[in-house]
Amino acid sequence: MFAIFQYPFIQNAFIAGSIVAIVAAVLGYFLIVRGLSFAGHALSSIGFAGAAGAVLLGVSPIYGLMAFTVTASIAISFLGREIRERDVATGVIMTFALGLGILFLSLYHGYAEQAYSILFGTIVGVSRDDVVFTFILGLIILAVMAIIGRPLLFSSFDSELAETRGVPLRALGSVFLILIALTISITTQVIGILLVFALLVGPSATAIRLVHQPFRAIVLSIILGLTYTWLGILLGGNSPWPVSFFITALSFGVYLPVRLFSKGIDSKRSAEGFEKLSIADSHLAPRKDHHD
Amino acid sequence: MIDILRHGFVQNAFFAGVIVATISGFIGYFVVLRGQTFACEALSHIGFAGATGAALVGASSLEGMFLFTLIAAIGMGALGKRLSSRDIEVGIVLSFVLGLGVLFLSIYTRNTTGAVGVLFGSILSVTINDVLVTLGSGMVIILMLVILFRPLLFASIEPEVAEARGVPVQQLSIFFLILLALSVTLTVKVVGVLLVFALLVVPAAAAEHLTHRPWLAITLSILISLMATLGGLILAFIGHWPVSFYIVSLTSLFYFISLIIHALRFPRHYRELPHPSREVLPPSL
Repeated sequence: MFAIFQYPFIQNAFIAGSIVAIVAAVLGYFLIVRGLSFAGHALSSIGFAGAAGAVLLGVSPIYGLMAFTVTASIAISFLGREIRERDVATGVIMTFALGLGILFLSLYHGYAEQAYSILFGTIVGVSRDDVVFTFILGLIILAVMAIIGRPLLFSSFDSELAETRGVPLRALGSVFLILIALTISITTQVIGILLVFALLVGPSATAIRLVHQPFRAIVLSIILGLTYTWLGILLGGNSPWPVSFFITALSFGVYLPVRLFSKGIDSKRSAEGFEKLSIADSHLAPRKDHHD
Repeated sequence: MIDILRHGFVQNAFFAGVIVATISGFIGYFVVLRGQTFACEALSHIGFAGATGAALVGASSLEGMFLFTLIAAIGMGALGKRLSSRDIEVGIVLSFVLGLGVLFLSIYTRNTTGAVGVLFGSILSVTINDVLVTLGSGMVIILMLVILFRPLLFASIEPEVAEARGVPVQQLSIFFLILLALSVTLTVKVVGVLLVFALLVVPAAAAEHLTHRPWLAITLSILISLMATLGGLILAFIGHWPVSFYIVSLTSLFYFISLIIHALRFPRHYRELPHPSREVLPPSL
């Protein structure tokens, strides 16, 4: 079972996977709180074009990934306020980037194989250099998050109050999207463009349902992310099935019961909240006739 | 150029392209109006798992895709509320089905070429049989949309008022998602799972920038989608780049032109006013 760890590529994958799981879990929490699921999905798809372009130019895919996702994240942060319109515009950017990705791959020979490994990740392909790069970039992302984390959380929960307190909302939002772009770039090496979303959203979505206090939710999300990644590599290394499948299946398999189980709690909580609200209102509202 | 039209596969590609462009232009109007772009994206990715699963058991990819997207559509509709980009559930299901697709692929003798066909479209491999299936299902979709046009429009624009007037909003929503699932399945054949958005959402969004009248918007949307598909096919036969790249580029181009026209036609202060029944992001995001 653990014999696979004697291979250097499994060691590399394991270290890179752990770094990525931590970074993705932290960023994923904020992604969910800010309701940016679709932007996260779109940015990862946009990364495909970057990776394919880099392959065509003969450089490491990570540079292409970073160039495309960061540019797109800046573009997305300038889109309009209306959600419906925003989704469409994000989608147009995403689709066009995917189209470019196909073009780049078709110009490159070895089309199918290369597309497959960018889209679904190749755990075998993580080199020692990649690990070092992932580590440095991961540290930078976490450091920036440590600085902007509190105001970001504040602005995510109560934007009006945050604005009156002088928190620069737009700038924070843009910086956050750029961090998401960088996270997606490093996560792609491990599980591929299409499944980045599983590590970014899966652990935090589960954690948010279980724990309400932000810091604890982030810690739980990191623990879950690490567990999925480690188990995924362990299971994938010992079976013919791909690592990315195990990671997404674990992420989904844990989320589903939590979602179903916590649904009752959730509706009860909101009912309580409503009760409180109506009690608070009744101080202001004129008293009704009582019949009881 | 004309010679190439004598080949059977080229004719099939053009037929399938025209049918799919018409359906997607039509149903896309409602997708945009209802703000279900993320649901559309999720359905197409679910189709990927369906197609690879079908390859595994030896069924045709159309059958597999339709079965998977149908189940997903009913599930999404049963969730009751409108699905939007802020829904984590859609995102989680989306990543899980992609993982499932990868698993099916890896079991199925690692056929990466087939996978790329599903992901990025394979309009040049459409058979006459596919064309007939597409034509039949396309006619059903369009007929249903025409019959349900008024209640669906009402329920899409003002769901609360429609419900109060006795329109079965929830049932309509499920039924619409089933029609969308079928359309996604057909569209995948032309542009592939990853680019379904290009035909199902982008032309309709562009048309919506140009007019507010429903039928005019639908007509424009179908026209844009037809021009992009036919233009894409013709360009692909002249040039040597993939069809889906040309189609995506053309629809994106139309979208940006429509943005410019919209900006010129409507003064800025008018545009800033959001539609009363639509969700708007808080200023922080």
